[in-house]
Amino acid sequence: MASTEEIRSEVAQIVNEIVGVAPEDVQLDKSFADDLDVDSLSMVEIVVACEEKFGVTIPQEEQGNLKTVGDAVAYIERAQA
Amino acid sequence: MTDIVITGIGAFTPLGADAPTTWEGLLAGRNGVAPLTEDWAADLPVRFAAHTAADPLEHLDRVAARRLDRSAQLALIAGLEAWRDAGLGLGDDNPVDHERLGVTCASGIGGLQTTLFQWDIQKEKGPRRVSPFTVPMLMANAPAANLGLRIGARAGVHTPVSACASSNEAIALAVDMMRLGRADIVLAGGTEAVIHALPINAFAQMNALSRRNDDPQHASRPWDVDRDGFVLGEGACLLVLETLEHATARGAHIYGTLAGAGISADSYDIVQPDPSGHGQSSAMERALRNSGLSASDIRHVNAHGTSTPAGDVTEAHSIRRALGDAADQVIVTSTKSMTGHLLGGAGSLETFAALMAINSRQVPATINIENLEPDLPIDVATTVRDLPDGDLAAINNSFGFGGHNVAVVVSNAHQSRGLAS
Repeated sequence: MASTEEIRSEVAQIVNEIVGVAPEDVQLDKSFADDLDVDSLSMVEIVVACEEKFGVTIPQEEQGNLKTVGDAVAYIERAQA
Repeated sequence: MTDIVITGIGAFTPLGADAPTTWEGLLAGRNGVAPLTEDWAADLPVRFAAHTAADPLEHLDRVAARRLDRSAQLALIAGLEAWRDAGLGLGDDNPVDHERLGVTCASGIGGLQTTLFQWDIQKEKGPRRVSPFTVPMLMANAPAANLGLRIGARAGVHTPVSACASSNEAIALAVDMMRLGRADIVLAGGTEAVIHALPINAFAQMNALSRRNDDPQHASRPWDVDRDGFVLGEGACLLVLETLEHATARGAHIYGTLAGAGISADSYDIVQPDPSGHGQSSAMERALRNSGLSASDIRHVNAHGTSTPAGDVTEAHSIRRALGDAADQVIVTSTKSMTGHLLGGAGSLETFAALMAINSRQVPATINIENLEPDLPIDVATTVRDLPDGDLAAINNSFGFGGHNVAVVVSNAHQSRGLAS
């Protein structure tokens, strides 16, 4: 099992690749939309990249609940458990 | 009639990553055509093309580039070059009234490489992996829309589509926007980027492309007796057009005047040009009327001249019919001999070439002519030729599948700068 910090770090790499935000700025309390300037289409890309990276499925109806980096990391942790 | 002047130029082409390098290449007779060495080209009937001289990814922010089809990448680079060249900035440094600022950026085919790439992903990796940016990348208006977003254009953002006449039509539309009072300044031109196995093969299946695989650099040879089809090129060229009043008020440097444009349609065949050339001549005649000029004012024509067996000769007769005896004093060239055929990017690139020819009083040569087609009724430049002193005007022709004909007229009226200044 990956630790919370390992998952956050991987998510940060994905966010950096897709929207160019520095990985160290992608912290658990950050809002994708408000703090990291992630628009709705980029969020779809991030979700799909996370599904592929972590081998999980994030249904479309769940995506709206992933407001912060912490929400996404927690969802991935639960899905992997 | 409102005078329209050209105050900024930008080009990302097979001859250079900017407008000055492209013009220098055209005058030097540089050849943009090269063999396609990629694996995907190995089985194609045509294995050469004219790629842009530089990689667009080296000229764009990485995150911005991954959301743009290659056609939009090329347009963004050329468009922002033109914008800077006109002395204009972005954001807080952009002094233009956004409500009076327009964009007309054409593409003949649109974001085809994105369409094909994402379809490959859907088939190979499943529906979930298709990019959510696919639609805003593949839509033909994406280059215009992205340019409009960057410079803040709110007077209207348009994408005329008329195959290989598209970007001349974009220039004609820009002129209309300003003369109808809808805008004071318009970023106008076109882009194309379809060097990919499917479109190359599809054009080859029409017998439209040269098959000179053993000697690609001599394949684009307009008016040579051994021409056998066009060479596919890619690239973008954008011009900043503005009313003379607007340009003068902000103290802009002026390359020359966009005197007017003429449009016609053959209504003859979906791909073959009308062999009578009637529609082509009509476009040139209408362009002269729209410009308030007469045939005797014209000293240069940048021809459509794609290097196809039928098209080049038809156009030569169309030029003679449109200009009459005045054609005796006109030097004709086809810069496609060096750049290949940029399809939806051809019109604006060649309007730029015609503008620089009268601006510098030098007509680029049509390269690769070993045996000129006999009995042509026009004077084809096989070497760089000088234009006379005094007032000069030139026509740029672009004709497209579908029977679209668009002629644009440029002149050296109001000229206050050359490329070096």
